[in-house]
Amino acid sequence: MTEPNLAPPTLASDAEPAAHRWRPADLVGKLKTDHLIYAASIIGMIVLWQVVATTFFKPQFFPTPPQVLAAGQEMLASGELFEHIGISMQRILTGFLIGSAIAAPMGLLMGAVPVVRAIFDPYAQFFRFVPSLAWLTPVVLWFGIGEISKVLIIVYTTAFIVLINTMVGVSHIAPNKLRAAACLGATPFKAFLHVTLPATLPFILTGMRLAMGNSFATVVAAEMIAADSGLGYLIFNSRLWMATDKIFVGIVCLGTLGLITDRFFRYLVIRFAHQYGPIE
Amino acid sequence: MAAEFLVAQDVSYRYAARRGVESAAVLAHFAVSLTEGEFFCLLGPSGCGKTTVLNLMAGFLEPTTGALTLAGRPITGPGIDRTVVFQGDDALFTWLRTIDNVAFGLRMRGMPKERRHAIAREYLHLVHLDGQENKYPAELSGGMKQRVQIARVLATDPKILLMDEPFGALDAQTRARLQDELVEIWRKTSKTVVFVTHDIAEAILLADRIGVMSKGPGSTLAAVIPVDLARPRRRSSPGFGEAWERINALIENEEAGRQ
Repeated sequence: MTEPNLAPPTLASDAEPAAHRWRPADLVGKLKTDHLIYAASIIGMIVLWQVVATTFFKPQFFPTPPQVLAAGQEMLASGELFEHIGISMQRILTGFLIGSAIAAPMGLLMGAVPVVRAIFDPYAQFFRFVPSLAWLTPVVLWFGIGEISKVLIIVYTTAFIVLINTMVGVSHIAPNKLRAAACLGATPFKAFLHVTLPATLPFILTGMRLAMGNSFATVVAAEMIAADSGLGYLIFNSRLWMATDKIFVGIVCLGTLGLITDRFFRYLVIRFAHQYGPIE
Repeated sequence: MAAEFLVAQDVSYRYAARRGVESAAVLAHFAVSLTEGEFFCLLGPSGCGKTTVLNLMAGFLEPTTGALTLAGRPITGPGIDRTVVFQGDDALFTWLRTIDNVAFGLRMRGMPKERRHAIAREYLHLVHLDGQENKYPAELSGGMKQRVQIARVLATDPKILLMDEPFGALDAQTRARLQDELVEIWRKTSKTVVFVTHDIAEAILLADRIGVMSKGPGSTLAAVIPVDLARPRRRSSPGFGEAWERINALIENEEAGRQ
Protein backbone atom coordinates (compact mmCIF):
# COMPACT_ATOMS: atom_id res chain seq x y z
CA MET A 1 0.00 0.00 0.00
CA THR A 2 2.77 2.44 0.83
CA GLU A 3 4.88 1.10 -2.04
CA PRO A 4 4.33 3.50 -4.95
CA ASN A 5 5.92 6.81 -5.89
CA LEU A 6 8.23 7.45 -3.01
CA ALA A 7 10.84 8.49 -5.53
CA PRO A 8 10.35 11.41 -7.88
CA PRO A 9 9.28 10.25 -11.35
CA THR A 10 12.18 12.06 -13.04
CA LEU A 11 14.65 9.76 -11.31
CA ALA A 12 12.93 6.68 -12.68
CA SER A 13 12.87 7.99 -16.25
CA ASP A 14 16.49 9.11 -16.09
CA ALA A 15 17.64 5.66 -15.07
CA GLU A 16 19.13 3.47 -17.78
CA PRO A 17 16.48 1.37 -19.44
CA ALA A 18 16.23 -2.36 -20.16
CA ALA A 19 19.71 -3.58 -19.27
CA HIS A 20 19.32 -3.07 -15.54
CA ARG A 21 17.31 -5.51 -13.52
CA TRP A 22 16.48 -2.96 -10.86
CA ARG A 23 16.45 0.79 -10.84
CA PRO A 24 17.75 3.02 -8.07
CA ALA A 25 14.21 4.31 -7.63
CA ASP A 26 12.95 0.81 -6.85
CA LEU A 27 15.58 0.39 -4.17
CA VAL A 28 14.68 3.70 -2.53
CA GLY A 29 11.03 2.69 -2.47
CA LYS A 30 11.86 -0.75 -1.07
CA LEU A 31 14.13 0.63 1.61
CA LYS A 32 11.53 3.10 2.79
CA THR A 33 8.86 0.44 3.03
CA ASP A 34 11.22 -1.85 4.90
CA HIS A 35 12.19 0.92 7.28
CA LEU A 36 8.56 1.66 8.09
CA ILE A 37 8.00 -1.99 8.92
CA TYR A 38 11.16 -2.06 11.05
CA ALA A 39 10.00 0.99 12.99
CA ALA A 40 6.50 -0.42 13.50
CA SER A 41 7.97 -3.71 14.68
CA ILE A 42 10.24 -2.01 17.22
CA ILE A 43 7.43 0.17 18.59
CA GLY A 44 5.22 -2.90 18.86
CA MET A 45 7.86 -4.79 20.82
CA ILE A 46 8.34 -1.91 23.26
CA VAL A 47 4.58 -1.79 23.88
CA LEU A 48 4.52 -5.57 24.40
CA TRP A 49 7.45 -5.27 26.83
CA GLN A 50 5.57 -2.63 28.83
CA VAL A 51 2.41 -4.76 28.96
CA VAL A 52 4.19 -7.99 29.97
CA ALA A 53 6.37 -6.23 32.56
CA THR A 54 3.51 -4.45 34.30
CA THR A 55 0.98 -7.32 34.05
CA PHE A 56 3.02 -10.34 35.13
CA PHE A 57 6.03 -9.11 37.12
CA LYS A 58 6.99 -6.95 40.03
CA PRO A 59 8.77 -3.77 38.82
CA GLN A 60 12.06 -4.73 40.48
CA PHE A 61 12.09 -8.08 38.64
CA PHE A 62 11.20 -6.81 35.18
CA PRO A 63 11.71 -3.09 34.63
CA THR A 64 9.47 -1.28 32.14
CA PRO A 65 10.87 0.64 29.15
CA PRO A 66 10.55 4.06 30.88
CA GLN A 67 12.43 2.73 33.93
CA VAL A 68 15.23 1.39 31.74
CA LEU A 69 15.34 4.65 29.80
CA ALA A 70 15.60 6.63 33.03
CA ALA A 71 18.40 4.42 34.33
CA GLY A 72 20.17 4.70 31.02
CA GLN A 73 19.94 8.50 31.05
CA GLU A 74 21.31 8.62 34.56
CA MET A 75 24.23 6.38 33.60
CA LEU A 76 24.87 8.45 30.49
CA ALA A 77 24.93 11.63 32.52
CA SER A 78 27.41 10.19 35.04
CA GLY A 79 29.64 8.93 32.19
CA GLU A 80 29.43 5.40 33.60
CA LEU A 81 27.71 3.95 30.54
CA PHE A 82 30.22 5.24 28.00
CA GLU A 83 33.03 3.92 30.12
CA HIS A 84 31.58 0.40 30.06
CA ILE A 85 30.72 0.56 26.38
CA GLY A 86 34.14 1.95 25.50
CA ILE A 87 36.10 -0.71 27.34
CA SER A 88 33.95 -3.59 26.06
CA MET A 89 34.16 -2.39 22.46
CA GLN A 90 37.89 -1.93 22.78
CA ARG A 91 38.31 -5.52 23.98
CA ILE A 92 36.03 -6.87 21.26
CA LEU A 93 37.62 -4.97 18.38
CA THR A 94 41.21 -5.58 19.47
CA GLY A 95 40.64 -9.30 19.91
CA PHE A 96 38.53 -9.55 16.78
CA LEU A 97 41.08 -7.81 14.58
CA ILE A 98 44.06 -9.72 15.95
CA GLY A 99 42.17 -13.01 15.71
CA SER A 100 41.12 -12.36 12.11
CA ALA A 101 44.61 -11.20 11.14
CA ILE A 102 46.07 -14.48 12.42
CA ALA A 103 43.33 -16.83 11.26
CA ALA A 104 42.68 -15.65 7.70
CA PRO A 105 46.26 -16.13 6.42
CA MET A 106 46.52 -19.35 8.41
CA GLY A 107 43.25 -20.66 6.92
CA LEU A 108 44.43 -19.75 3.43
CA LEU A 109 47.70 -21.59 3.92
CA MET A 110 45.98 -24.60 5.47
CA GLY A 111 43.47 -24.69 2.64
CA ALA A 112 46.03 -24.33 -0.13
CA VAL A 113 49.09 -26.20 1.16
CA PRO A 114 48.43 -29.84 2.14
CA VAL A 115 51.49 -30.07 4.40
CA VAL A 116 50.47 -27.05 6.44
CA ARG A 117 46.98 -28.44 6.67
CA ALA A 118 48.21 -31.84 7.84
CA ILE A 119 50.27 -30.22 10.57
CA PHE A 120 47.63 -27.88 11.97
CA ASP A 121 44.30 -29.46 11.14
CA PRO A 122 44.20 -31.77 14.20
CA TYR A 123 44.55 -28.75 16.48
CA ALA A 124 42.03 -26.67 14.56
CA GLN A 125 39.52 -29.49 14.72
CA PHE A 126 40.20 -30.13 18.42
CA PHE A 127 40.24 -26.62 19.79
CA ARG A 128 37.28 -25.32 17.88
CA PHE A 129 35.10 -27.51 20.10
CA VAL A 130 36.64 -26.10 23.27
CA PRO A 131 34.74 -22.91 24.08
CA SER A 132 36.85 -19.92 24.95
CA LEU A 133 35.37 -19.68 28.42
CA ALA A 134 36.84 -23.06 29.31
CA TRP A 135 40.20 -21.31 29.02
CA LEU A 136 39.28 -18.42 31.25
CA THR A 137 40.84 -19.71 34.45
CA PRO A 138 44.13 -20.91 32.90
CA VAL A 139 44.41 -17.69 30.91
CA VAL A 140 43.87 -15.56 34.01
CA LEU A 141 46.42 -17.66 35.89
CA TRP A 142 48.96 -17.25 33.10
CA PHE A 143 48.33 -13.66 32.06
CA GLY A 144 46.68 -12.07 35.07
CA ILE A 145 43.29 -10.38 35.19
CA GLY A 146 44.38 -7.46 33.00
CA GLU A 147 43.35 -6.57 29.48
CA ILE A 148 45.62 -9.18 27.90
CA SER A 149 43.55 -12.07 29.22
CA LYS A 150 40.26 -10.69 27.95
CA VAL A 151 41.68 -9.80 24.55
CA LEU A 152 43.27 -13.26 24.26
CA ILE A 153 39.91 -14.88 24.96
CA ILE A 154 38.35 -12.85 22.12
CA VAL A 155 41.26 -13.66 19.81
CA TYR A 156 40.68 -17.35 20.50
CA THR A 157 36.93 -17.09 19.88
CA THR A 158 37.43 -15.20 16.63
CA ALA A 159 40.33 -17.20 15.27
CA PHE A 160 38.72 -20.62 14.96
CA ILE A 161 35.57 -19.35 13.28
CA VAL A 162 37.54 -17.32 10.75
CA LEU A 163 40.02 -20.17 10.26
CA ILE A 164 37.39 -22.81 9.51
CA ASN A 165 35.43 -20.50 7.20
CA THR A 166 38.58 -19.57 5.30
CA MET A 167 39.53 -23.22 4.83
CA VAL A 168 36.04 -24.00 3.57
CA GLY A 169 36.37 -21.05 1.20
CA VAL A 170 39.62 -22.38 -0.26
CA SER A 171 38.08 -25.82 -0.81
CA HIS A 172 35.14 -24.19 -2.64
CA ILE A 173 37.25 -22.59 -5.37
CA ALA A 174 36.26 -24.03 -8.74
CA PRO A 175 39.20 -26.17 -9.96
CA ASN A 176 38.78 -24.57 -13.39
CA LYS A 177 39.79 -21.19 -11.94
CA LEU A 178 43.11 -22.57 -10.76
CA ARG A 179 43.59 -24.49 -13.99
CA ALA A 180 42.84 -21.37 -16.01
CA ALA A 181 45.38 -19.41 -13.95
CA ALA A 182 47.98 -22.15 -14.45
CA CYS A 183 47.65 -22.19 -18.23
CA LEU A 184 47.66 -18.37 -18.30
CA GLY A 185 51.12 -18.50 -16.79
CA ALA A 186 50.48 -18.13 -13.06
CA THR A 187 53.08 -19.77 -10.85
CA PRO A 188 51.63 -21.57 -7.80
CA PHE A 189 52.48 -18.55 -5.65
CA LYS A 190 50.86 -16.09 -8.07
CA ALA A 191 47.80 -18.32 -8.37
CA PHE A 192 47.54 -18.26 -4.57
CA LEU A 193 47.82 -14.49 -4.52
CA HIS A 194 45.63 -13.68 -7.52
CA VAL A 195 43.06 -16.51 -7.40
CA THR A 196 42.93 -18.32 -4.06
CA LEU A 197 43.00 -15.16 -1.98
CA PRO A 198 40.33 -13.13 -3.81
CA ALA A 199 38.13 -16.17 -4.40
CA THR A 200 38.18 -16.93 -0.68
CA LEU A 201 37.55 -13.38 0.47
CA PRO A 202 33.74 -13.72 0.73
CA PHE A 203 34.21 -16.72 3.03
CA ILE A 204 36.75 -14.86 5.16
CA LEU A 205 34.38 -11.92 5.51
CA THR A 206 31.46 -14.21 6.37
CA GLY A 207 33.62 -15.90 9.00
CA MET A 208 34.57 -12.50 10.42
CA ARG A 209 30.95 -11.49 10.60
CA LEU A 210 30.04 -14.65 12.49
CA ALA A 211 33.07 -14.22 14.74
CA MET A 212 31.99 -10.68 15.57
CA GLY A 213 28.75 -12.06 17.05
CA ASN A 214 30.65 -14.60 19.11
CA SER A 215 33.05 -11.92 20.30
CA PHE A 216 30.13 -10.01 21.80
CA ALA A 217 28.92 -13.10 23.61
CA THR A 218 32.40 -13.95 24.84
CA VAL A 219 33.39 -10.51 26.10
CA VAL A 220 30.34 -10.39 28.34
CA ALA A 221 31.06 -13.76 29.86
CA ALA A 222 34.73 -12.87 30.36
CA GLU A 223 33.84 -9.57 32.00
CA MET A 224 31.34 -11.24 34.29
CA ILE A 225 34.04 -13.44 35.74
CA ALA A 226 37.20 -11.39 35.59
CA ALA A 227 36.78 -7.65 35.23
CA ASP A 228 35.84 -4.47 37.01
CA SER A 229 34.59 -2.67 33.93
CA GLY A 230 32.71 -3.34 30.71
CA LEU A 231 29.12 -4.21 29.87
CA GLY A 232 29.47 -7.77 31.17
CA TYR A 233 30.71 -6.43 34.49
CA LEU A 234 27.84 -3.92 34.54
CA ILE A 235 25.27 -6.68 34.03
CA PHE A 236 26.82 -9.08 36.50
CA ASN A 237 27.60 -6.51 39.17
CA SER A 238 24.12 -4.98 39.03
CA ARG A 239 22.63 -8.26 40.18
CA LEU A 240 24.23 -7.72 43.60
CA TRP A 241 22.10 -4.61 44.05
CA MET A 242 19.01 -6.04 42.33
CA ALA A 243 19.44 -3.18 39.85
CA THR A 244 17.46 -4.92 37.11
CA ASP A 245 17.01 -1.63 35.28
CA LYS A 246 20.81 -1.38 34.89
CA ILE A 247 20.95 -4.99 33.70
CA PHE A 248 18.45 -4.11 31.01
CA VAL A 249 20.46 -1.02 30.05
CA GLY A 250 23.43 -3.36 29.56
CA ILE A 251 21.35 -5.80 27.49
CA VAL A 252 19.92 -3.08 25.26
CA CYS A 253 23.40 -1.61 24.75
CA LEU A 254 24.86 -4.99 23.75
CA GLY A 255 22.12 -5.68 21.25
CA THR A 256 22.33 -2.21 19.77
CA LEU A 257 26.11 -2.20 19.55
CA GLY A 258 26.11 -5.66 17.98
CA LEU A 259 23.54 -4.57 15.43
CA ILE A 260 25.40 -1.37 14.57
CA THR A 261 28.73 -3.20 14.25
CA ASP A 262 27.20 -5.85 12.04
CA ARG A 263 25.51 -3.27 9.78
CA PHE A 264 28.73 -1.33 9.53
CA PHE A 265 30.61 -4.49 8.60
CA ARG A 266 28.04 -5.34 5.96
CA TYR A 267 28.23 -1.81 4.62
CA LEU A 268 32.00 -2.08 4.25
CA VAL A 269 31.65 -5.41 2.45
CA ILE A 270 29.04 -4.10 0.05
CA ARG A 271 30.96 -0.88 -0.50
CA PHE A 272 34.42 -2.34 -1.04
CA ALA A 273 34.09 -6.04 -1.84
CA HIS A 274 30.74 -6.45 -3.60
CA GLN A 275 32.32 -8.00 -6.69
CA TYR A 276 33.91 -10.78 -4.68
CA GLY A 277 30.56 -12.39 -4.04
CA PRO A 278 27.46 -11.99 -1.95
CA ILE A 279 27.61 -11.77 1.84
CA GLU A 280 24.44 -12.69 3.65
CA MET B 1 51.42 -31.00 -45.04
CA ALA B 2 53.22 -29.20 -42.24
CA ALA B 3 55.41 -31.02 -39.74
CA GLU B 4 53.94 -32.80 -36.75
CA PHE B 5 52.98 -30.35 -34.07
CA LEU B 6 50.92 -31.69 -31.20
CA VAL B 7 51.29 -35.45 -30.96
CA ALA B 8 49.79 -38.03 -28.62
CA GLN B 9 51.52 -41.40 -28.86
CA ASP B 10 49.81 -44.54 -27.61
CA VAL B 11 48.36 -42.68 -24.64
CA SER B 12 46.33 -44.44 -21.99
CA TYR B 13 44.78 -42.94 -18.94
CA ARG B 14 43.28 -44.74 -15.95
CA TYR B 15 41.64 -43.35 -12.89
CA ALA B 16 43.32 -44.68 -9.77
CA ALA B 17 41.39 -47.34 -7.86
CA ARG B 18 39.49 -46.20 -4.81
CA ARG B 19 37.90 -48.30 -2.12
CA GLY B 20 35.04 -50.18 -3.74
CA VAL B 21 35.83 -48.71 -7.15
CA GLU B 22 38.15 -50.50 -9.50
CA SER B 23 40.68 -48.62 -11.53
CA ALA B 24 38.89 -47.51 -14.69
CA ALA B 25 40.48 -47.10 -18.10
CA VAL B 26 39.32 -43.87 -19.70
CA LEU B 27 41.67 -43.94 -22.67
CA ALA B 28 43.57 -46.84 -24.22
CA HIS B 29 46.02 -46.62 -27.10
CA PHE B 30 44.91 -43.12 -27.96
CA ALA B 31 46.98 -41.56 -30.69
CA VAL B 32 46.63 -38.38 -32.71
CA SER B 33 48.89 -36.04 -34.60
CA LEU B 34 47.94 -32.44 -35.24
CA THR B 35 49.56 -30.03 -37.65
CA GLU B 36 50.23 -26.42 -36.84
CA GLY B 37 47.39 -24.06 -37.65
CA GLU B 38 44.70 -26.67 -38.15
CA PHE B 39 41.25 -26.67 -36.62
CA PHE B 40 40.76 -30.10 -35.11
CA CYS B 41 37.48 -31.24 -33.62
CA LEU B 42 37.34 -34.09 -31.15
CA LEU B 43 33.93 -35.67 -31.52
CA GLY B 44 32.36 -38.36 -29.40
CA PRO B 45 29.52 -39.31 -27.10
CA SER B 46 29.33 -37.98 -23.54
CA GLY B 47 31.66 -39.75 -21.15
CA CYS B 48 34.01 -41.07 -23.85
CA GLY B 49 37.00 -39.19 -22.47
CA LYS B 50 37.14 -36.16 -24.77
CA THR B 51 37.73 -33.84 -21.84
CA THR B 52 40.40 -36.19 -20.52
CA VAL B 53 42.25 -35.89 -23.83
CA LEU B 54 42.04 -32.11 -23.57
CA ASN B 55 43.24 -32.16 -19.95
CA LEU B 56 46.18 -34.31 -20.98
CA MET B 57 47.04 -31.90 -23.79
CA ALA B 58 46.73 -28.99 -21.37
CA GLY B 59 49.04 -30.74 -18.92
CA PHE B 60 46.47 -30.85 -16.12
CA LEU B 61 46.70 -34.65 -16.13
CA GLU B 62 49.59 -37.01 -16.79
CA PRO B 63 49.08 -40.03 -19.04
CA THR B 64 49.27 -43.42 -17.32
CA THR B 65 51.31 -44.70 -20.25
CA GLY B 66 52.40 -43.09 -23.51
CA ALA B 67 53.49 -39.53 -24.11
CA LEU B 68 52.30 -36.22 -25.50
CA THR B 69 54.66 -33.87 -27.25
CA LEU B 70 54.38 -30.36 -28.62
CA ALA B 71 56.81 -29.57 -31.45
CA GLY B 72 58.92 -32.46 -30.25
CA ARG B 73 59.06 -31.44 -26.60
CA PRO B 74 57.16 -33.52 -24.04
CA ILE B 75 54.19 -31.94 -22.27
CA THR B 76 54.84 -32.13 -18.53
CA GLY B 77 52.45 -29.58 -17.11
CA PRO B 78 50.30 -26.56 -17.93
CA GLY B 79 52.00 -23.99 -20.13
CA ILE B 80 51.18 -20.68 -21.73
CA ASP B 81 51.62 -22.19 -25.18
CA ARG B 82 48.40 -24.20 -24.61
CA THR B 83 45.53 -22.30 -23.04
CA VAL B 84 42.10 -23.68 -22.33
CA VAL B 85 38.62 -22.32 -22.92
CA PHE B 86 36.55 -24.17 -20.35
CA GLN B 87 33.06 -25.52 -20.73
CA GLY B 88 31.38 -23.70 -17.86
CA ASP B 89 31.65 -20.10 -16.76
CA ASP B 90 33.28 -21.00 -13.44
CA ALA B 91 36.73 -20.46 -14.94
CA LEU B 92 36.30 -16.69 -15.11
CA PHE B 93 37.64 -14.62 -12.23
CA THR B 94 34.43 -13.23 -10.79
CA TRP B 95 36.18 -10.53 -8.77
CA LEU B 96 37.87 -9.02 -11.82
CA ARG B 97 36.32 -6.76 -14.41
CA THR B 98 36.13 -8.09 -17.96
CA ILE B 99 39.25 -6.23 -19.00
CA ASP B 100 41.28 -7.58 -16.09
CA ASN B 101 40.07 -11.11 -16.81
CA VAL B 102 41.37 -10.74 -20.35
CA ALA B 103 44.60 -9.12 -19.16
CA PHE B 104 45.23 -11.75 -16.45
CA GLY B 105 47.81 -13.75 -18.41
CA LEU B 106 49.70 -10.57 -19.35
CA ARG B 107 49.69 -9.49 -15.72
CA MET B 108 51.23 -12.82 -14.77
CA ARG B 109 54.09 -11.91 -17.09
CA GLY B 110 54.56 -8.63 -15.28
CA MET B 111 53.36 -6.42 -18.10
CA PRO B 112 52.51 -2.90 -16.90
CA LYS B 113 48.82 -2.09 -16.51
CA GLU B 114 48.49 0.40 -19.34
CA ARG B 115 50.04 -1.90 -21.91
CA ARG B 116 48.12 -4.99 -20.87
CA HIS B 117 44.86 -3.07 -20.84
CA ALA B 118 45.57 -1.78 -24.34
CA ILE B 119 46.14 -5.33 -25.56
CA ALA B 120 43.11 -6.64 -23.67
CA ARG B 121 40.99 -3.96 -25.35
CA GLU B 122 42.13 -5.17 -28.77
CA TYR B 123 41.06 -8.70 -27.97
CA LEU B 124 37.77 -7.55 -26.50
CA HIS B 125 37.21 -5.80 -29.80
CA LEU B 126 38.06 -9.00 -31.66
CA VAL B 127 35.37 -10.92 -29.76
CA HIS B 128 32.85 -8.06 -30.14
CA LEU B 129 32.83 -7.01 -26.50
CA ASP B 130 33.64 -3.33 -26.96
CA GLY B 131 32.23 -1.29 -24.12
CA GLN B 132 31.96 -4.23 -21.72
CA GLU B 133 35.42 -3.88 -20.20
CA ASN B 134 34.29 -2.56 -16.83
CA LYS B 135 31.60 -5.15 -16.17
CA TYR B 136 32.06 -8.08 -13.82
CA PRO B 137 31.43 -11.62 -15.13
CA ALA B 138 28.18 -11.84 -13.14
CA GLU B 139 26.83 -8.97 -15.24
CA LEU B 140 27.47 -10.74 -18.56
CA SER B 141 25.31 -13.22 -20.48
CA GLY B 142 26.44 -16.79 -21.11
CA GLY B 143 27.59 -15.99 -24.64
CA MET B 144 29.50 -12.92 -23.48
CA LYS B 145 31.24 -14.93 -20.77
CA GLN B 146 32.50 -17.43 -23.34
CA ARG B 147 33.70 -14.52 -25.49
CA VAL B 148 35.63 -13.22 -22.49
CA GLN B 149 37.22 -16.66 -22.08
CA ILE B 150 38.23 -16.69 -25.75
CA ALA B 151 39.67 -13.17 -25.51
CA ARG B 152 41.47 -14.14 -22.32
CA VAL B 153 43.30 -17.07 -23.90
CA LEU B 154 44.07 -15.17 -27.12
CA ALA B 155 45.58 -12.24 -25.21
CA THR B 156 48.44 -14.44 -24.01
CA ASP B 157 49.14 -15.44 -27.62
CA PRO B 158 49.29 -19.22 -27.15
CA LYS B 159 50.21 -21.64 -29.92
CA ILE B 160 47.19 -23.81 -29.28
CA LEU B 161 43.66 -23.14 -28.13
CA LEU B 162 42.14 -26.06 -26.27
CA MET B 163 38.38 -25.66 -26.19
CA ASP B 164 36.19 -27.95 -24.09
CA GLU B 165 32.63 -27.79 -25.44
CA PRO B 166 32.80 -24.02 -25.02
CA PHE B 167 29.40 -23.39 -26.57
CA GLY B 168 27.61 -26.39 -25.07
CA ALA B 169 25.58 -24.40 -22.57
CA LEU B 170 24.49 -21.65 -24.95
CA ASP B 171 21.20 -21.22 -26.79
CA ALA B 172 21.14 -22.24 -30.46
CA GLN B 173 21.35 -18.73 -31.90
CA THR B 174 24.18 -17.51 -29.69
CA ARG B 175 25.94 -20.75 -30.36
CA ALA B 176 25.69 -20.35 -34.13
CA ARG B 177 26.97 -16.78 -33.93
CA LEU B 178 29.92 -17.76 -31.76
CA GLN B 179 30.78 -20.64 -34.11
CA ASP B 180 31.01 -18.18 -36.98
CA GLU B 181 33.04 -15.75 -34.93
CA LEU B 182 35.39 -18.48 -33.77
CA VAL B 183 36.14 -19.53 -37.36
CA GLU B 184 36.75 -15.88 -38.20
CA ILE B 185 39.12 -15.47 -35.23
CA TRP B 186 40.90 -18.68 -36.12
CA ARG B 187 41.46 -17.43 -39.66
CA LYS B 188 42.73 -14.06 -38.44
CA THR B 189 45.07 -15.44 -35.77
CA SER B 190 46.04 -18.74 -37.45
CA LYS B 191 46.16 -20.57 -34.13
CA THR B 192 45.93 -24.32 -33.81
CA VAL B 193 42.56 -25.20 -32.29
CA VAL B 194 41.50 -28.40 -30.56
CA PHE B 195 37.76 -28.21 -30.10
CA VAL B 196 35.86 -30.82 -28.12
CA THR B 197 32.21 -31.35 -28.96
CA HIS B 198 29.52 -34.03 -29.06
CA ASP B 199 27.62 -32.19 -31.78
CA ILE B 200 28.30 -33.60 -35.28
CA ALA B 201 27.02 -30.49 -37.03
CA GLU B 202 29.19 -28.22 -34.94
CA ALA B 203 32.25 -30.32 -35.77
CA ILE B 204 31.50 -30.16 -39.51
CA LEU B 205 30.95 -26.39 -39.40
CA LEU B 206 34.24 -25.75 -37.66
CA ALA B 207 36.83 -28.40 -38.34
CA ASP B 208 39.55 -29.07 -40.89
CA ARG B 209 39.63 -32.58 -39.51
CA ILE B 210 37.33 -34.42 -37.16
CA GLY B 211 38.66 -37.04 -34.78
CA VAL B 212 35.86 -39.44 -33.91
CA MET B 213 36.34 -41.12 -30.57
CA SER B 214 35.08 -44.56 -29.74
CA LYS B 215 32.77 -45.16 -26.83
CA GLY B 216 34.37 -45.75 -23.44
CA PRO B 217 35.64 -47.28 -21.29
CA GLY B 218 39.11 -47.39 -22.76
CA SER B 219 38.22 -45.22 -25.71
CA THR B 220 40.53 -44.46 -28.54
CA LEU B 221 40.50 -42.43 -31.72
CA ALA B 222 38.32 -44.50 -34.05
CA ALA B 223 38.79 -42.42 -37.19
CA VAL B 224 40.05 -39.08 -38.43
CA ILE B 225 37.88 -37.56 -41.10
CA PRO B 226 38.99 -34.56 -43.15
CA VAL B 227 36.27 -32.00 -43.87
CA ASP B 228 37.02 -30.31 -47.16
CA LEU B 229 33.89 -28.19 -47.51
CA ALA B 230 34.53 -24.61 -48.56
CA ARG B 231 34.39 -21.93 -45.87
CA PRO B 232 32.33 -20.14 -44.69
CA ARG B 233 30.18 -23.19 -44.09
CA ARG B 234 26.46 -23.36 -43.50
CA ARG B 235 24.24 -26.27 -42.65
CA SER B 236 22.86 -25.74 -46.14
CA SER B 237 26.32 -25.89 -47.77
CA PRO B 238 26.64 -28.54 -50.46
CA GLY B 239 28.15 -31.69 -48.99
CA PHE B 240 27.17 -30.84 -45.41
CA GLY B 241 24.36 -33.41 -45.27
CA GLU B 242 26.54 -36.15 -46.73
CA ALA B 243 29.33 -35.42 -44.28
CA TRP B 244 26.85 -35.52 -41.41
CA GLU B 245 25.42 -38.88 -42.55
CA ARG B 246 28.86 -40.35 -42.96
CA ILE B 247 30.06 -39.36 -39.52
CA ASN B 248 26.79 -40.34 -37.90
CA ALA B 249 26.97 -43.78 -39.51
CA LEU B 250 30.53 -44.11 -38.27
CA ILE B 251 29.50 -43.33 -34.71
CA GLU B 252 26.55 -45.72 -34.89
CA ASN B 253 28.75 -48.50 -36.24
CA GLU B 254 31.23 -47.81 -33.51
CA GLU B 255 28.53 -48.14 -30.89
CA ALA B 256 27.05 -51.25 -32.50
CA GLY B 257 30.49 -52.85 -32.73
CA ARG B 258 31.02 -52.39 -29.03
CA GLN B 259 27.90 -54.20 -27.94
